[in-house]
Amino acid sequence: MTYIKPIFRHPKLPKNKIGYTLKEYEGAISNLCAGCGHDSISTAIVQACFDLSIEPHKVAKISGIGCSSKTPAFFLGNSHGFNSVHGRMPSVATGANLANKDLVYFGVSGDGDTASIGMGQFVHAIRRNVNMVYLVMNNGCYGLTKGQDSATADQGSKSKAGSINPFQPVDLASLAVELGATFVAQSFSGDKGQLVPLIKAAIHHKGFAFINVISPCVTFNNNVGSTKSYDYVREHMEMTSKLDFVPQESEIKVDYEEGEIAQVTMHDGTRLQLHKLENEWDPKDRLSAMNAIQRARAKEEIITGLLYVETRFGDLHDILGTSDIPLNKLTAKELNPGGAALVEINNGFN
Amino acid sequence: MSGAINQVSRPSQVNDFVVRFANVNGTGSASANFLFAKAIFRMGIPVTPKNIFPSNIQGLPTWYEVRVSEKGYLGRREGIDLVVAVNAQSFEKDIQSVRAGGYLIYDSTKKMHNNLIREDIHYLGIPMMEMCNTHFTDPRQRQLFKNIIYVGALSVLLSIEFEVLETLLAEQFAGKEKLIAPNIKALKLGANYVLEQFQYPLDFHLQRRDLVKSKILVDGNTACGLGAVYGGATVVAWYPITPSTSVAEAFDKFAGKLRVDKVTGKKNYAIVQAEDELAAIGMVIGANWNGARSFTATSGPGVSLMNEFIGLSYFAEVPAVLVDVQRAGPSTGMPTRTQQSDVLLAAYASHGDTKHILLFPSTPKECFELTAKSFELAEYLQTLVVLMTDLDLGMNDHMSEPFEWDDNHEYNRGKVLTEEELENMGRYGRYLDVDGDGIPYRTIPGTHPTKGGFTTRGTSRDEYAAYTEDNKAYQRNMERLLAKWETARELVPAPEVYHEANQHNFGILFYGTSTYSSEEAKDILEAKGIGLDAVRIKAFPFNATVKDFIASHQQVFVIEQNRDAQLRSLLMMDLSIAPEKLVPVLNFDGMPITADFIAKSIASHLFQEKHLQHDLYQTHI
Repeated sequence: MTYIKPIFRHPKLPKNKIGYTLKEYEGAISNLCAGCGHDSISTAIVQACFDLSIEPHKVAKISGIGCSSKTPAFFLGNSHGFNSVHGRMPSVATGANLANKDLVYFGVSGDGDTASIGMGQFVHAIRRNVNMVYLVMNNGCYGLTKGQDSATADQGSKSKAGSINPFQPVDLASLAVELGATFVAQSFSGDKGQLVPLIKAAIHHKGFAFINVISPCVTFNNNVGSTKSYDYVREHMEMTSKLDFVPQESEIKVDYEEGEIAQVTMHDGTRLQLHKLENEWDPKDRLSAMNAIQRARAKEEIITGLLYVETRFGDLHDILGTSDIPLNKLTAKELNPGGAALVEINNGFN
Repeated sequence: MSGAINQVSRPSQVNDFVVRFANVNGTGSASANFLFAKAIFRMGIPVTPKNIFPSNIQGLPTWYEVRVSEKGYLGRREGIDLVVAVNAQSFEKDIQSVRAGGYLIYDSTKKMHNNLIREDIHYLGIPMMEMCNTHFTDPRQRQLFKNIIYVGALSVLLSIEFEVLETLLAEQFAGKEKLIAPNIKALKLGANYVLEQFQYPLDFHLQRRDLVKSKILVDGNTACGLGAVYGGATVVAWYPITPSTSVAEAFDKFAGKLRVDKVTGKKNYAIVQAEDELAAIGMVIGANWNGARSFTATSGPGVSLMNEFIGLSYFAEVPAVLVDVQRAGPSTGMPTRTQQSDVLLAAYASHGDTKHILLFPSTPKECFELTAKSFELAEYLQTLVVLMTDLDLGMNDHMSEPFEWDDNHEYNRGKVLTEEELENMGRYGRYLDVDGDGIPYRTIPGTHPTKGGFTTRGTSRDEYAAYTEDNKAYQRNMERLLAKWETARELVPAPEVYHEANQHNFGILFYGTSTYSSEEAKDILEAKGIGLDAVRIKAFPFNATVKDFIASHQQVFVIEQNRDAQLRSLLMMDLSIAPEKLVPVLNFDGMPITADFIAKSIASHLFQEKHLQHDLYQTHI
């Protein structure tokens, strides 16, 4: 099926600080199933990039294979995308990031793409603290091959065909915290109010920003008995906090009661303001984040919001000590040592 | 024991012999053995050292073979004239490896068993362990200097100039000068023992020459790493695997010296040790997609793992450079032995219709040049380029022409559109064949705010990079890739043809590390009246010169180091050549091919096919 997207733009569409309308951040019309959670996430990405006034071409979208990995075509149409191979988005994103540190990198993946075939690369992208937003559209099943359980399907969750998943799930958020990811969040595709500020915060985080978004598969995993259905997730969601993302130049408006506010200053001076709904949890403390996730799990709740953030560590470029100028902008002048240096090298071998 | 010397020695030979050292891995023999080889090189005499080592860090047998050739032949030669046997584990085998009339140097501290005595070789016993125990107290020194003692002994037996050894030690221990004196002492212990106990020099020995000139002694992996620095690589991702590891290490070493900003101290490169080969090639593809020159180095097992990504590079047309330092397969095979057995794997890596550009260097200088060149080709053709070296070329030192770089050369990044070009053009189509050469125009992320953006994908797409399952669009794209392949055919390095005009009915064709021995075999046969024309392949796809060469000979011997005659198959497939035109000459035991083997194989074939008289065949080889 071919969709032609209308190019008409209302002249009074609001523009952001750099003069773009929301339209400039949209992509092709989605060919995912109507009602797919993934499309809501695409919309949230569009909104976050518009709000932050990011130039569309300064974003690179990289994905693996699967329904989720198709979405980069459906947002930020003026940005370059790379729909690569199954489970290997992290390595492609790592290489791309090394080539040019100045772009915003969206790594888009699914639960099959990350928690099964791509587990190894996911783990190592975290270890390296690659500066990227790593977004998993998690629906607990393989949609594109018609509904098989994925590794994030909960034990006891019922598939559309009626079978019960007997295996323990991979909990990506706790895994990310455990591995030392420097930004870990969890959200729900149906909660745009929470997702948009989370994505903004993730973009501003310098380092590996992981967002696990529960994103129901309306076709294969939205049935009664599934723990990844819209109804189930809505009933079992437990927010850690209400999050505001505060741009660098803005005043902080304190709307909350003193003591309930947690503030996090990011590398670039922007701030996160968290209205905590969970008293025993401190987003800057790894142990308490881990405890909060495990407590929620024991209560069969899905904890959402920003779970953990650590801003003290440098990203992969800081670790490697690469030049401030992106490597892909360097010319032969900086890169080629020239014939004279070669004479000296030859002398070392004779 | 000076043993049963009842064999008539060969006439005195100058600068033409093979010495083999049999050591225990991890005992410090490598630097002593290299000192020996380098000293000969410094005396202006062509030398070829080969390290025959185990897949082990400490304890297993290891050998170091040094060929000296006045005529400048750099391949391995059969027939070992002198063996230094200091490894008890392999001692019996090492005795057997000496040619009749040759010499065995051994540690005579302990008495050798009588049944180890061969009547047809000379035994030169030196009490190395005893000497070490007498003259050194530190246990590590006692072990290390055993090696230096035999080098000292060889210096007298083979007429190595002592001053050359002294100079080399001074260079080696610059900054650690206190180590020089005990090394010299050990050298003299060995030398003096020979002066007192044996006749010297041996019937084969060295004489200073001026045959080395400006040549350098260096391994291919070092040259590849350096070539990548000169070629402008900025992102390197790799996973450790023998025998390729030292390519990445060499890049890191050279870049650490040559690519660090003097003011900021920051690096104009990034090197990442990946979690596996899949991630390594993934990073390379990501970096190239984003406009950086990027490469990885691996060996056969790594290439097997990279197959899926290699197909993506081909189909999505993302440049990538891969150095394949081949080793003996299949599976884990013989990880520390050499072969040219990844040719077909690399040529057709990945599922579906794919084929890839291969470059075949045969010297360290070519490793340097072709590594740099591979970035140009990969970017210009927007595809994967595989540099096919092997363990022999990569890890052994070779006498090579020095590295050269033309400072006027500018990097050719291929068809990449700038912001201005995008601004001033009509609709951009990533996969449109604008120039009719099959090579489309690419854009780098971040170039233009609203034009030139597209989604790169491994799925089928139309000329404007939009996903499509339209059969005609798919086929058009596959045919354009084929057109690009034909463009590549004349862009890759042309073969080296050894004569201006073909003179003989038969030809030989070779590539990579089969080159030295093939050239020598050609001379051996020519001296016996069997003339052969020769061509050396430098790249796949094969260009018209290769086709013409084969067409103009009755038969062509294809010399290679694998079991299945892989390059021969590639020639047949790529150029539609009839199988009977190409005669395989194959060495695949993991040891570098020798000229004797090649000459013998060719003569034997010509005799069987009745192109050669029986007596001629008999007397030749």
